[in-house]
Amino acid sequence: METQVLMPQLGESVTEGTIAKWLIKPGDTVKKYEPLCEVTTDKVNAEVPSTVEGTVTELVAREGDTLSVGELICYIETRAGGAKAPVAAQPTDTKEIASETPAAESPKANIPLPSKGSVVNSAAKAAGKRYSPAVMRLAQENNIDLAQIGGTGREGRITRKDVLAFIENGGMTTQSAKQPGPINEEEAAMNVVHVESPSQTAPAPSVRPAVSTPEINAYPGDTEIPVNNIRKTIASRMVQSKHDAPHAWTMIEVDMTNLVKLRNSLKAEFKAKEGFNLTFMPFFIKAVVESIKEFPIMNSVWAGDKIIMRKSINVSIAVATDDALFVPVIKDADQKSIYGLARAVDELAAKTRHGKLSMDDMSGGTFTVNNTGSFGSVLSAPIINQPQAAIISMESIVKRPVVVDDMIAIRDMANLCLSLDHRVLDGLVCGRFLQSVKQKLEAYGSHTSIY
Amino acid sequence: MAIISYIDAVTQALREEMQRDKRVFVMGEDVGVRGGVFRATNGLYEEFGEERVIDTPLAESAIAGVAIGAAAYGMRPVAEMQFADFIMPAVNQIVSEAAKMRYRSNNDWHCPLVIRAPYGGGVHGALYHSQSVEAMFNSTPGLKVVAPSTPYDVKGMLKAAIRDDDPVLFFEHKRCYRLIKGEVPETDYTVPIGKAEVKREGEDITVISYGLTLHFALQVAEKLAEEGISAHVLDLRTLYPLDKESIVEAARKTGKVLIIHEDNKEGGVGGEVAAVIAEECLFDLDAPIRRLAGPDVPAMPYSPTLEKFFMLNPDKVMAAMRELAEF
Repeated sequence: METQVLMPQLGESVTEGTIAKWLIKPGDTVKKYEPLCEVTTDKVNAEVPSTVEGTVTELVAREGDTLSVGELICYIETRAGGAKAPVAAQPTDTKEIASETPAAESPKANIPLPSKGSVVNSAAKAAGKRYSPAVMRLAQENNIDLAQIGGTGREGRITRKDVLAFIENGGMTTQSAKQPGPINEEEAAMNVVHVESPSQTAPAPSVRPAVSTPEINAYPGDTEIPVNNIRKTIASRMVQSKHDAPHAWTMIEVDMTNLVKLRNSLKAEFKAKEGFNLTFMPFFIKAVVESIKEFPIMNSVWAGDKIIMRKSINVSIAVATDDALFVPVIKDADQKSIYGLARAVDELAAKTRHGKLSMDDMSGGTFTVNNTGSFGSVLSAPIINQPQAAIISMESIVKRPVVVDDMIAIRDMANLCLSLDHRVLDGLVCGRFLQSVKQKLEAYGSHTSIY
Repeated sequence: MAIISYIDAVTQALREEMQRDKRVFVMGEDVGVRGGVFRATNGLYEEFGEERVIDTPLAESAIAGVAIGAAAYGMRPVAEMQFADFIMPAVNQIVSEAAKMRYRSNNDWHCPLVIRAPYGGGVHGALYHSQSVEAMFNSTPGLKVVAPSTPYDVKGMLKAAIRDDDPVLFFEHKRCYRLIKGEVPETDYTVPIGKAEVKREGEDITVISYGLTLHFALQVAEKLAEEGISAHVLDLRTLYPLDKESIVEAARKTGKVLIIHEDNKEGGVGGEVAAVIAEECLFDLDAPIRRLAGPDVPAMPYSPTLEKFFMLNPDKVMAAMRELAEF
């Protein structure tokens, strides 16, 4: 198991320390309590003892670095295998167990968000009509009938700001975007709805019917999963692609029998020699890239008033983690051998799993290759990775009876699916492109060199 | 302007005041050769000598008593309690003598005394090194109790305290000592005692705090601003006498008030602040006045888990601020 060693609390009121000197180096074996490094603070100088027995794998902090208490300084591999677990260098650490405070847990889980959906409904809930002193005073001073105001507070309570906004708008309820609580455009759009018969003085506001996005509530026992930034990005990119690009879709069958044989003959030796697995992906990418060379329009972008055909062929590959999807990019994929592609795929996949992808790894893609077969799919309709023009997926290779030379044979078959942006591409060129990919995949055989 | 730590602001104020006024001297446990256990008096012994930087026995009652005598005699003593927790043996001297001297002698005598004391937890100091004791002194007319939260205020208010003609208890949050840094002018300036300060302008909720928790509030306000919740943050700075005018003004601004302090909730400064608001501006309130404070248990626990339970942190503060905003 790899243990994280964190900057310990070296004294009351000390919040940071500077690594003065490392006393160990990666590869060293350390005993428990053996000093790892010397740390200076403005109050004390001390040695940081090891919390575990094991082998030092990585020094994260460098000499001269100043780190806050609780920050990572190095990794130590202990005997037992398993996942990483953070351990403060001394039992005094105060930072790491950050997730426990019950107060931090979201008091929202069981509290309805302010003013989603119909205000008529929520205003009714504020039955009993309890108003705060500030609301009562403002209503009296301005001669306002509070029944006309939609509340944005908890359970539809009318807040002081609701009244102020009502006054400011000359007697109309509008919910300003400044209202506390999460507000998105959809909600804002919905919020326009609820003005029911505004005051006598104000001109009748145009009441638009609700764009029917019903309020989605969690039922008892449901789990609410907050949407993190990655999820948000995925969501908006997918919506944008589906919205902007008219997706057309086509599929062909490929006989992979020769490729399967080739890979089977190579994979043990490859693994022993190179240290990672030889998958079908690099063969597939190679065939795709060579076909793009023949049909360069596949490698282009819709730019409003023109189509830009890209010179570099940078292949985005879809890599999924448990809860997100990333599309790191193999730059200049046309200049790589099958081995080079295999290596690039392996590196990018590893980086993705360890969360170490850089912006550079993620940008510049011109065409996307998706290995949906890896999770058993036989048919998929991928969403185009905007602003690219097309995305191809390789489905599972399955043994099927097929007709070869008027005989029935058992062959390793796979489907290739292509989604294309019909603004840029038409069926004909895509069909030719797919035929080219098919020919190349079927032409792999014992003569193929992967280097 | 130099950016210095909270504790360096203490040292700077002491040094400049000692240079300015020969009557100013410091005394306390280990303040001399050692330079203070937190290094607040670092370098003063070397610069001003043992007659003006006096190491005392471990006897807080004596430290306060000697300082009161010196102040009555015309000196400007700055006595240090090594930890605010240790102030208890000196309470009789402070409350019965220092605070009442001017009143009792009908203005014939007064007591220009400063007692500095590091308070507060979050430093794994357990029972006797973590307490917040400010509330105990907040019903003693004749005393001034201050608890600044930024290096700028520390320097300016410590200078103001030393120049004040009456006794001032100067509470320094020890977790802030090295955690909080800020711009501090090298020039001479003072920050008036008895004046709160708006540290952030906002529209939706008013947060009133002091010390370490004020920084939590400011951090959280920054985050909530991204969600469209705008917080108005008032730093009390002086806990006694309270700046009622600023408190009421800040409360009126949004009508929703959250008072935050690390000290126990019951009987804490927050209760008095809430009472001021309830008395002065009920009809501006849009929500019940809320308090977020330490739990009502006897002391800061030693166990790290329990210490975290006891201490406020940005997560707890965020939950309270958001809840009030949504009310």
